[in-house]
Amino acid sequence: MLQGTLDMLILQTLVLGAAHGHTIAHAIERGSEDVLQIEHGSLYPALHRLEDRRWIASFWGTSENNRKAKYYRLTPAGRKQLLAQTTRWDEVVRAIGRILKPAAE
Amino acid sequence: MRWWRFFRRAHWDRERSAEIDSYVQIETDENLARGMLPDDARAAARRKFGNRTHVREEIYRMNTVAFFDLFARDVRHGLRALRHNPGFTIVALLTLAIGIGANTAVFSVVNSVLLNPLRYPKPEQLVALRQLAPGAAGLAGFQDGLPLSASMYFTYSEHNRSFQSMGVWITGTASVTGLAEPEQVRVAVMSDGVLQTLGVPPAAGRWLSTADQIPRGPDPMSVSGRTATVMLSYAYWQRHFGGDRSVIGRNLTVDARPREIVGVMPRGFRVVNQEFDLIGPFALDRSRATLAGFGLQGIARLKPGVPIARANADLARLIPIWMDSWTNGPGTNGKIYATWRITPAIRPLKQEVVGEISDVLWVVMATIGLVMLIASANVANLLLVRAEVRQQELALRSALGAGRGRIVGSLLVESVMLGLMGGVLGVGLAYAGVRLLLNIGPANLPRLSEISIDGPTLAFTLLLSVLSGLLFGLIPALKYAGPRISAILRTAGRTASLSRERHRWRNVLVVAQVAMALVLLVSAGLMIRTFQSLRTVDPGFSDAGHLQTLRIAIPDSLVTDRERVVRMQNEIVDKFSAIPGAASAGFASQMPTESNCSNSNWDVIFAQDHTYPPGEIPPLYCFEYVSPGLFRAAGTRVMLGREFTWSEVYSRRSVAILSEGLARELWGSASVALGKHIRQRPAGPWSEVVGIVQDVRENGVAEKAPAIVYWPSLADNAFGGVIRAATFVIRSDRAGTESFLNQLRQAVWSVNASLPVASVRTMEAIYEESLARTSFTLVMLAIAGTMALLLGIIGIYGVISYAVSQRRREIGIRLALGAQEGALRRMFVRHALKLAGIGVALGLAASAGLTRLMKSLLFGISPLDPLTYAVVPLVLVSAALLASYLPARRAAAVDPVESLRAE
Repeated sequence: MLQGTLDMLILQTLVLGAAHGHTIAHAIERGSEDVLQIEHGSLYPALHRLEDRRWIASFWGTSENNRKAKYYRLTPAGRKQLLAQTTRWDEVVRAIGRILKPAAE
Repeated sequence: MRWWRFFRRAHWDRERSAEIDSYVQIETDENLARGMLPDDARAAARRKFGNRTHVREEIYRMNTVAFFDLFARDVRHGLRALRHNPGFTIVALLTLAIGIGANTAVFSVVNSVLLNPLRYPKPEQLVALRQLAPGAAGLAGFQDGLPLSASMYFTYSEHNRSFQSMGVWITGTASVTGLAEPEQVRVAVMSDGVLQTLGVPPAAGRWLSTADQIPRGPDPMSVSGRTATVMLSYAYWQRHFGGDRSVIGRNLTVDARPREIVGVMPRGFRVVNQEFDLIGPFALDRSRATLAGFGLQGIARLKPGVPIARANADLARLIPIWMDSWTNGPGTNGKIYATWRITPAIRPLKQEVVGEISDVLWVVMATIGLVMLIASANVANLLLVRAEVRQQELALRSALGAGRGRIVGSLLVESVMLGLMGGVLGVGLAYAGVRLLLNIGPANLPRLSEISIDGPTLAFTLLLSVLSGLLFGLIPALKYAGPRISAILRTAGRTASLSRERHRWRNVLVVAQVAMALVLLVSAGLMIRTFQSLRTVDPGFSDAGHLQTLRIAIPDSLVTDRERVVRMQNEIVDKFSAIPGAASAGFASQMPTESNCSNSNWDVIFAQDHTYPPGEIPPLYCFEYVSPGLFRAAGTRVMLGREFTWSEVYSRRSVAILSEGLARELWGSASVALGKHIRQRPAGPWSEVVGIVQDVRENGVAEKAPAIVYWPSLADNAFGGVIRAATFVIRSDRAGTESFLNQLRQAVWSVNASLPVASVRTMEAIYEESLARTSFTLVMLAIAGTMALLLGIIGIYGVISYAVSQRRREIGIRLALGAQEGALRRMFVRHALKLAGIGVALGLAASAGLTRLMKSLLFGISPLDPLTYAVVPLVLVSAALLASYLPARRAAAVDPVESLRAE
């Protein structure tokens, strides 16, 4: 997976609302129709980094099946960051696309 | 990056572990719901998660801050390195502890005495009302300042625009009776405004009030004879009343008169620089005030924002007003004081308190700082040796990927740690040193009780420790962290190149040490020479160890009649002389160095054969009142003529004795002066000069002997004609012994039982005290100089013996090829002498510049004293010779076969 994209995906997942690590991992997997296979453990350092940068905030809650779980939600700074990252991502994808398939344009 | 998460690493590890557990739990639940067996469900969940330990480690690493981590590792590594090399560590630590300790102790004194503000509220507003009178003839224009007169106080305090408050004060003594033995106490006598200016509230009771200043006693000349109230110092209150608050309102018998105790000042309160027992009101009498009577110390509190220059201008404006407003009596003209050119020279009160000790303290501080530099150079040398030994280790670390910065950093951490540990030990030494100082309690060190090792001092020590650690660590660090390391690793074990470059730093350090040691030794030498020349000065009295002095005051409330006072003093002298072992006795208004005569007893003299133009004040001379026989007792030589006689005293014959200097000043020579006449008023009675005595160093041995007029102890003059407080002098082999002192006391009390005996000292002690400043500086510089010399010798010894040990192979080869032992020895000694020579040359140049700064401490010699400048380099070079000869001899003793085989 590309460096930094995991951060973006996590942030994107949280746009819909607070979620805990397990949900986020599965949401990313399902959302990509299982194209993006991530090792669920690698999610946690990413979450730690995002929280350290204050793009997400955490709180302890109870999961759907009554387990203690740590929930994450997007902070305003995180929302801004997500917007910046997706914009940049779109630009890069479009630029790469233009180079790879010039004929189609 | 939020660096403090570094300290929350453990917390985050726990938090994330719990979170991982939660993930596994939820995933297991889901797997169970899909129908998996419990064990399989858990195993699958764990697989899904991945490597749990790996994740935890990654998060833990994210939380570390590289700098802290490396630092902590360097500290651990440094401690280990120091522990593994105890010899080096102990020597280095001791050197540093002594250096830093001495610096801390001296800085604590400098800080407490010179830097800290005075302990009064808003001390920056407090000033001493000093004034100069460069036009006054005779007393060298009042170099110590012209004191204020009472009339000046009235004019200044009523008309100034610069002060919130001001007042005048003096110190004196009084006797307190009725408590225990009669006791002579120190009294601070002050006008209204002094306590208000100092602004320290009383610990009990109240201040002296304006009402207390209304004169009511009969005798205007008594120090405390005019009012009925008194305040106590905290110490006196504790000593005599045990801190009992009910003492307020009680009566104390001061100079045989009852006085109401109205208040107690708090602990540590001093009047400017004076300790005192009682505070009494001045009760200045307006109706008796004249222009003259200059003897009062003035202090004031500036209005906020008023600079000293403006206050000076303000007082300068008032001086003509003062001359117009007051008189010295009918037929006098106040305008004659214009010839004195009285100039206000107000200065901060702190300067007044600290006085001339600041020169001494700064010189000592600079000296001790130099010692610290020398000590640092020594430690740097030790570190260089050690770095040489550790080259392999450093090279290995470098080969394993440690960058140059990393190695420099870790070496610096090590040396700074060394510095800090030395600092901790040093603070311990400094505590001991300061305690010792407080116990000795040198009398002429102001603000002694305020000296302590406080926050700023500890901050200074910390800074010093870290800076010295950086200083002596940087040289080896920069030298050995260099890129040449791979080369050293290659030659592993074989003696690496012996290029001069490798010794350069060590040589530079030794040269610097020798140069600094020379500066210190020259300073110490100059002080020794100063002390010598002070010792050769004839102070005007002889055999001070056999001169017992004591002070007795007879208050007017005890004996009113003047002649009876003198008869009583005469009786005491006779009783003293009758004590076994007492050779002779006498008394005087003051003995040498007891008080500076330009502060108190002086006046004009009109001399025969001289004309004095009207409108000008004749020259001023010191006055002293002496008993018959005083000069014989004190050992002051009578050059011509004779002493006074008792019959002369009682018949009030108008006679005088002059100091030799004065006689020469007035009539050119002592023989001409004998038999001439002087008088105190233009039309007053003439007094015959019946004797000429040798000059006496009245103001201290280092000060010029003033011109003095000696009057009989009973005379008709402006001062009331009798000295009630006199210093008695008894010459005896038994001076200073307890039995002798008891006999003296008994003798006094047999004349009158309520007379206190005070200031019991030998003249020797008084003499030593006047030399205290010089001897203190001398001792400090001598200690510093000795330390510098020792450290310098150790430095030279270290360099040479190291060179010898490094060049064993070379020496072996030379010996094998037939070199003479003597030539080898000379080779090393020559090397040492070259270093010492360069150091001495640099040191001489530096001394020539630096010793100028201590000019005010010197006496009788120039800062470029040839003897000192010749002897000190000789001493240093011989020390270098010795320090290099020992290792050089070892070189010559090398067995060529052994040394070649050794490697």
